[in-house]
Amino acid sequence: MLAQIIRYFQTSSAEYWGYVGQHLFLSLTSLIIAMLIAFPLGYLGSRNNAVAAFCQTFSQLLRIIPSLALLFILIPIMGAGVIPALIALVVLALPPLVVNTILGFNEVSPVLKEVGLSLGMDQRQLLKQISLPLALPYILNGVKLALVEIISSATLATYIGAGGLGTLIFTGLGLYKMQYVVIGAVSVALLSLLSMFLMDWVIRKVREDDQSNY
Amino acid sequence: MTKAIIKFEHVAKKYGKNEIISDLNFEINQGEFVTVLGSSGSGKTTTLKMINGLEKPTKGKITINGNDLNDTNLVDLCRHIGYVVQSIGLFPHMTIAQNIAVTPNLLNWDKEKINKTVDDMLNQVGLDPKEYSGRYPAQLSGGQQQRVGVARALSTNPPIMLFDEPFSALDAIIRQDVQQEVKELHQNLSDKTFFFVTHDINEALFLGDRVMIMNKGKIEQFDTPEKLVAQPATDYVAQLLGTVRQNRALWEQFK
Amino acid sequence: MIKYWQDNSARMMQLTIEHARMVLIALFIAFLVAIVLIAVFLRKKNWMNSLIYFFSLLYSVPSYAFFALLIPITGLGETTAIIVLAFYNEYVLLRTLITGIREVDPNYIEVARGMGMTQEEIFTKVQLPLSMPAIFSGLQVALASTMAIATIASTISAGGLGDLMFEGLQTGRVVPILWGTILTVALTLVCIVILKLIENLVISDGLEKS
Repeated sequence: MLAQIIRYFQTSSAEYWGYVGQHLFLSLTSLIIAMLIAFPLGYLGSRNNAVAAFCQTFSQLLRIIPSLALLFILIPIMGAGVIPALIALVVLALPPLVVNTILGFNEVSPVLKEVGLSLGMDQRQLLKQISLPLALPYILNGVKLALVEIISSATLATYIGAGGLGTLIFTGLGLYKMQYVVIGAVSVALLSLLSMFLMDWVIRKVREDDQSNY
Repeated sequence: MTKAIIKFEHVAKKYGKNEIISDLNFEINQGEFVTVLGSSGSGKTTTLKMINGLEKPTKGKITINGNDLNDTNLVDLCRHIGYVVQSIGLFPHMTIAQNIAVTPNLLNWDKEKINKTVDDMLNQVGLDPKEYSGRYPAQLSGGQQQRVGVARALSTNPPIMLFDEPFSALDAIIRQDVQQEVKELHQNLSDKTFFFVTHDINEALFLGDRVMIMNKGKIEQFDTPEKLVAQPATDYVAQLLGTVRQNRALWEQFK
Repeated sequence: MIKYWQDNSARMMQLTIEHARMVLIALFIAFLVAIVLIAVFLRKKNWMNSLIYFFSLLYSVPSYAFFALLIPITGLGETTAIIVLAFYNEYVLLRTLITGIREVDPNYIEVARGMGMTQEEIFTKVQLPLSMPAIFSGLQVALASTMAIATIASTISAGGLGDLMFEGLQTGRVVPILWGTILTVALTLVCIVILKLIENLVISDGLEKS
């Protein structure tokens, strides 16, 4: 097995890095699009109960719909390819982002906001100087969860023709060549763990900065 | 002859470098109602918790009913000392009857005896068993919860009852009612020793046969209320009692 | 849609049952393990935290990869699927249970000690019942997420409702995919409702009214 894995890297490392590139492209693009939608929505949700209720219901619903279903359902409608994969991944990343953004802003103590207002801040300044810094650890936690979800679901994107590391697992399962399966699975797992460590580190950093300011 | 049921000899308690209690010596006789008065940080609650072993002294010897605490099984000890805390102490997931039956159940009493005890205890504190047994703590008022707390502590007929600021969350009028009730309870159960911690000087003077005034981990004075008023031992005690006089002066002024 | 149901209802029911069996067995195993782990490690805080961190790492492993990685060890099929699902559950359950138990007001624990309960009695009579709401919400989250993940188990021939989705993918038809989705969601909702009913029976009324 080990020999086969080494041989794969000797002969096909270009192919391998191609899959990694596709996987990263899919994951990061969908994460960025999802953040652009989720942050304003989450901020609105923290100020407006109707928006918040809508977001909560939407998230609850999405949690019980299998990600597999979301990925597959678009194919008969849009065909295979990168675009339907991106759409599905964005939809999957929204719940953790929105929910945690709302949570983050809601956790900001109303007393602090009142103090901010009484010191003469307008809504923009309040957001920038008080609410956002205090909500940031929660928001970043949402980003972490979304990233893990996206990387995980992007593994399945191979089924709808968007490539990525899942292709190796898929091919390996089809041809019953375990070396492909192992390479693909381990790479995805590492990618996921790395991104989690990275986000954990960023969150810790933000928390420390907060504390050193007090 | 009266006998000492609680005895502290050179007891000290440290948390790290912080000395909470330093060299505490006192004796309490069976049947006494002792109140302990002090501000927060005076060591009064720590003293109480050392009696039922929730806190262990770093130095010194504590004797309960003639037994050295170091040689006593603490779980058994707790089951034979009543313990009343603020109303939060009732378990919210248990009915009133279940709350009162906790310790009897731990002691494996039979069902009939437990049911009878629950009824007796509720009657003892003036709550109708038929009405209250099946309710949950959240359905009772603060004063009622406190009565159940006392009933629960009495369930195993313990010789010693510990009270840790039980009434501090109640409002003034209800508080006066339950104080009166506890005083009567002790008169009915005159062989039981009550050890009652409070930061309210009026409560301490009203309830206690003797009042232990604590400050910074030491006893300032341990005497009957009459003695305290007549002969305050230290400036601290004098100042503390001075506040009662001030209240009276205020009363006279507006009368 | 309806025609598909008429033609395939027996098979669809079969797949639903497979799906439910897979998820529920995994949940049951994970729950038992969680209770045991908590009972053993509750008062070793560092151990518990590392344990939770360990499971959180496993949890972040993409399910497709997790399924695939176990094939060389446990082969294709239901057993592998159940193992993977149980690991995912373990993290959710441990985290929610521990949070629930740690959030029990320390006053209750002190009072319980003051009344003469031993550590085990405090755990079974005070901490566990008081954290029941957290336990049930943990079970519900675990159930919902593994119901969805279990569809992917179809890729390692473990059956379940994922089969319908892959059938639709391969034949390019929406109907089987939709049916697979609807049945998964419906099964999840039914299980959640049953869980709620159990919760109402188990949880003390005293906790609901406060």
